[in-house]
Amino acid sequence: ARHNSYRGKKMAAVQDAPMELDAEKETKPEILSDGTSNLSGNTASGTLSSPPLTAGGAPKQEDQQTLIAVLQFLRRNKLTESVEILRREACLEDQEDSQTLDGSGGGKGDGDGGDANSLLSRVSIASAAAPQSTLTPIPVKSEYDQPDVSVVLSAYSQQGDPSLYQVYYSSLKNFIESVLDCHRAELSQLFYPLFVHMYLELVYNNHENKAKAFFEKFSGDQECYYQDDLRILCGLTKKEHLKGNEALLDFRTSRFVLRISRDSYQLLKRHLQERHNNQIWNIIQEHLYIDIFDGMPRSKSQIDSMSGSFAGETRREVNKAKVFYGLLKEPEIEVPLDDEDDEAENEEGKPKKKKTKKDSMGSKSKKQDPNAPQQNRIPLPELKDSDKLDKIMYMKESTKRIRLGPENLPSICFYSFLNAYQGLTAVDFTDDSSLLAGGFADSTVRVWSATPKKLRKVKSAAELNLIDKESDDVLERIMDEKTASESKNLYGHSGPVYGVSFSPDRNYLLSSSEDGTVRLWSLQTFTCLVGYKGHNYPVWDTHFSPFGYYFVSGGHDRVARLWATDHYQPLRIFAGHLADVTCTRFHPNSNYVVTGSTDRTIRLWDVLNGNCVRFFTGHKGPIHSLAFSPNGKFLASGSTDGRVLLWDIGHGLMIGELKGHTDTIYALKFSRDGEILASGSMDNTVRLWDSMKAFDDMETDDFTAATGHIHLPDNSQELLLGMYHSKSTPVTHLHFTRRNLLLAAGAYNSQ
Amino acid sequence: MTEREERRFAEVPRESIKLMAESSGVELSEEVAALLAEDVCYRLREATQNSSQFMRHAKRRKLSVEDLNRALRWSNTETICGYGAQDALPFRPLKEGELFFVEDREINLVELALATNIPKGCAETMVRVHVSYLDGKGNLEPQGTVPTAVQSLSEDLLKYYQQITRAILGEDPHLMKVALLDLQSNSKIAALLPYFVYVISGVKSVSHDLDQLNRLLHMVKSLVQNPYLYLGSYVRSLVSSVMYCILEPLAASINPLNDHWTLRDYAALLLSHIFWTHGDLVSGLYHQILLSLQKVLSDPVRPLCSHYGAVVGLHALGWKAVERVLYPHLPAYWANLQAVLDDYSVSNAQVKADGHKVYGAILVAVERLLKMKALSLTLAAEGSGAGLPAGCPWEEWTPVSLPAMYCELYSFFGDSLAVRFSTGLPLGGQNSVHIMMITFCCFVLRAFLTGGLFLSRVCRSLARSSSSSVSRSRSSSSRPGRSTSQSRDIFPKARFPLPQAGPPAFSFIIGGRQMGRRCQGRRFQTSFSPTPPLTTHPPRAYAHKLPVIGRVSKPVRRWTCSHYSLHLPL
Repeated sequence: ARHNSYRGKKMAAVQDAPMELDAEKETKPEILSDGTSNLSGNTASGTLSSPPLTAGGAPKQEDQQTLIAVLQFLRRNKLTESVEILRREACLEDQEDSQTLDGSGGGKGDGDGGDANSLLSRVSIASAAAPQSTLTPIPVKSEYDQPDVSVVLSAYSQQGDPSLYQVYYSSLKNFIESVLDCHRAELSQLFYPLFVHMYLELVYNNHENKAKAFFEKFSGDQECYYQDDLRILCGLTKKEHLKGNEALLDFRTSRFVLRISRDSYQLLKRHLQERHNNQIWNIIQEHLYIDIFDGMPRSKSQIDSMSGSFAGETRREVNKAKVFYGLLKEPEIEVPLDDEDDEAENEEGKPKKKKTKKDSMGSKSKKQDPNAPQQNRIPLPELKDSDKLDKIMYMKESTKRIRLGPENLPSICFYSFLNAYQGLTAVDFTDDSSLLAGGFADSTVRVWSATPKKLRKVKSAAELNLIDKESDDVLERIMDEKTASESKNLYGHSGPVYGVSFSPDRNYLLSSSEDGTVRLWSLQTFTCLVGYKGHNYPVWDTHFSPFGYYFVSGGHDRVARLWATDHYQPLRIFAGHLADVTCTRFHPNSNYVVTGSTDRTIRLWDVLNGNCVRFFTGHKGPIHSLAFSPNGKFLASGSTDGRVLLWDIGHGLMIGELKGHTDTIYALKFSRDGEILASGSMDNTVRLWDSMKAFDDMETDDFTAATGHIHLPDNSQELLLGMYHSKSTPVTHLHFTRRNLLLAAGAYNSQ
Repeated sequence: MTEREERRFAEVPRESIKLMAESSGVELSEEVAALLAEDVCYRLREATQNSSQFMRHAKRRKLSVEDLNRALRWSNTETICGYGAQDALPFRPLKEGELFFVEDREINLVELALATNIPKGCAETMVRVHVSYLDGKGNLEPQGTVPTAVQSLSEDLLKYYQQITRAILGEDPHLMKVALLDLQSNSKIAALLPYFVYVISGVKSVSHDLDQLNRLLHMVKSLVQNPYLYLGSYVRSLVSSVMYCILEPLAASINPLNDHWTLRDYAALLLSHIFWTHGDLVSGLYHQILLSLQKVLSDPVRPLCSHYGAVVGLHALGWKAVERVLYPHLPAYWANLQAVLDDYSVSNAQVKADGHKVYGAILVAVERLLKMKALSLTLAAEGSGAGLPAGCPWEEWTPVSLPAMYCELYSFFGDSLAVRFSTGLPLGGQNSVHIMMITFCCFVLRAFLTGGLFLSRVCRSLARSSSSSVSRSRSSSSRPGRSTSQSRDIFPKARFPLPQAGPPAFSFIIGGRQMGRRCQGRRFQTSFSPTPPLTTHPPRAYAHKLPVIGRVSKPVRRWTCSHYSLHLPL
């Protein structure tokens, strides 16, 4: 409300606008905070009053009120002739005396009974503004007991003349096109949010034809990456439709973030004030958040690289929070070196290799990484004996790992799903590449053994009773040899399975489905253990924590949830995305969760407190794949626009753009050492990128880090190390074995 | 910026809304229908947009009915049942009344349930793994080698393939015959075609073995004759294999005892067969064949057997090919051939024999050319001046008139040409008549000059004929009753056992026919008016002395030039 009155005052005293500039800046935070309440008030009043210019011979009560306000304004500016003419034409002489706020309120009551709510809000605004008007010095004393001029004017300006929207917009467009190049790129960012808001306002106020004409005229000017949004917008021409469209409601209530240099901003502001282009100014005030920075205006390419999301860019302060991206200390495990010693003696290269290996692992295991979180920042499950054995296996395997690089590319094995008529929707490998799970559109989950070892169930309880529990091979004895088979089907979902994820210990499998549930399956009994209900809408993805126990899921309800396997309710709900959460991944240290969304943004959430600690914009399409680098420092994301973006988590910066794919990227994976990034796409290719070079090329100077203005080198072609075609198999999943062999999976598509 | 274009979306007209309302018994006013139509459009678009995310998450490119149903379900709308089939439903217009409908046949469930042919279920979903790229490089496994590729065929086909190839390339002629017959008529071997073609392309590796080559060619013939096979672009591969047999100096031809000539003849016939039956499958095939034949012919380095192949190949492809390629080439080629034939040294004996082969082939080819050309001319004359028959689409090539051609050819071949003329296969009556006319004229004229070496023969034959007044009058005007004993010496035909050579026999219907079609006969005669000056020319007098090869050491284009070469004795 205070904001309203403030603007009113400004309108009343346009002449001394320059003086107001500083005050404007100071009040900004408040504007931010009461943005939504403002909105409802303004739009409500907007629906009631129709523009005075189009009012007919018999003005309604509210029109009269507006007219009176105009008269007052004219009188104050000593335009007596105009006052006379207006009075005559509007037949106001006889009514003027009786005009009061209460009167107008009563008049409205019978005029439009249906909109009681908006009426109320209007009255409340008026009354709330009245006491404030005493605080703001208004130079003109009104002779009559009339509603405050500023309130009425603000209502008027908010509503605007629908037929003038085009004029407003095109005058701004002309202005932006005429400014210097350096400012033009920055100010052009305004086009899209302004366009959408003006269009929605027209729709909201039932000016259907005007809205259509407005869209027709200016939709062509928008950046091509907003096409999808425009397609949704163009169908939306009725207020009722707006109500049902949650994404657009969010757009209206949330603030579109723009980053503009101070110079450009001043330029814009001066222009709008000179031209009295209040309509635009109001929208900027209410619906946009302009993040003003000092320094050089950004170039077009800089802006383009960061824009494209549904909510504008990232606010600078959002990515300032400290992120502990380092890895946790590896637990000390006594590695039995019996056979390895033999090998070391036999081969010359072995000990050396092992040493380097030790070094790289030692850096995290011996001394605490300064960027790593506290070991017990979030409680993690204790290691079981089997986990320790697995760790030993892992370390043994990693000594045999091939070091990859631009000259030493990995071999690729392709796992083709044949006869997958029902539709393959998700794939996952276990970390040791021994099991393979596929989620299908016919609600089934199938697990295959990727090794000659067949899958066996545990014996039934009755049979288990007969087993000698003291025997050494009890673990072998509990398995039912009769059930051995290459694959097992898991039935339980009632909708397509969109995500599958193995637990690190290979005992469990998670699957998320269109039926709104996440299910936990036992890979010992091949039965469903738990169904986690909470999303109520399709769950697009799920992912186990690298330490087990926790898992994250994200879905159509626009939130990601953190679960623990032994809790039937989520531990955290990560809310903030403006559209579906399409993919979720755990950070290697399990303290963070990253989510990608249809709103074209990526958010990194702190598991400890549920805060959003990083917010990345720059993708031009829904994000369908995410991958952390093994050292936890970097993030890669792939989207429907066929681009892979690389992010530095510590600085919160985009550090690379990998262009080349021609279709949605559904799979991303870093090699075990993080030297190679593999991306798999619908375009039937696997591409290998030199991620080391990409990380080394990044700008690390303080200025970039401070401002977040990055210059992306266009070096996709240099970074592309290889492109590998499959015949007709879109790549659904990628996985590096512990020895750095690349496994790709997808369903053969015979069409 | 294409947004403006994209804004044009499908709309449901209010008429449709009204119609639907009527069908459910509701009467709608115009405004209500308009409002409803607009709302329906919006809801449809919304549902479509929502459904697209189901498609994206199912990692598909194609939006399915299922996706739309899911979107509808999640927006609490009734789903549409019955359209889940994978294959597209035909959307048909009804001619009378602008009505469009989805064809939706009724299915008799009872019949379906009691049907005896139970449809097979889908194959089990499975995962197959293979190393696609090794160390970032392409798959090193050699591509397209038959044995590995065949293994991916079904068991039965694989067996069939093995049996057939074994039978054809094996020793047993009876088995081979059976195999070839089956190959000719089996309708289920389309999948094996590439492998057979591959086997046939093995001709290059068995060029030492005439027998194998023959068998492979028979295999080609069987494949070509199989009416169930669509050869497609494999024609090219087959043609190249056959051409190999025709043109290449096969290893088998080193041994003079090997009758590779027959192989070449057979291959040439096969080539023409492929061309006439499947030539339309590959564009420009004819042209390519001609080019390669021409290339061989014009390459003096090539052995004579290659040249022979080129000539028989051209011959097999028809007289137009001969006229187009061989005929213009002849003067140039003649020199080479004559050099070979003139060499009487012992070491050259084999080559010379080959040369005679080539000579004979050329002779047969040009005779056929003359015959057919004459025929086509007549046909053209009969067909109210339709010109040359279709099939010669070469602009750069201007046809030589028949008399000129005859003269030139005669300058090379001399009388042997004439003899073979008449002894050729009896063709359609009309044709023979004209050919005979030319021949006869030549004979007569030459007879005057050479002392009637041939006359006796001619006369005898004519006497036996049922008498054509024209020819008889001419023959009678010449001097009859000379000895015929020399003819054999002068025309040692026995040295050239040409495939088409039959016993010399005149067809005597000629004259009669000529009589029967008088006006045509006359027309023909007039058209041949330039011939007499040609044949009366002195050099012709020596022609018979050079019966085998021709008389001229240097190629001559114009017959007048031969005038100067008459001193070159054989």
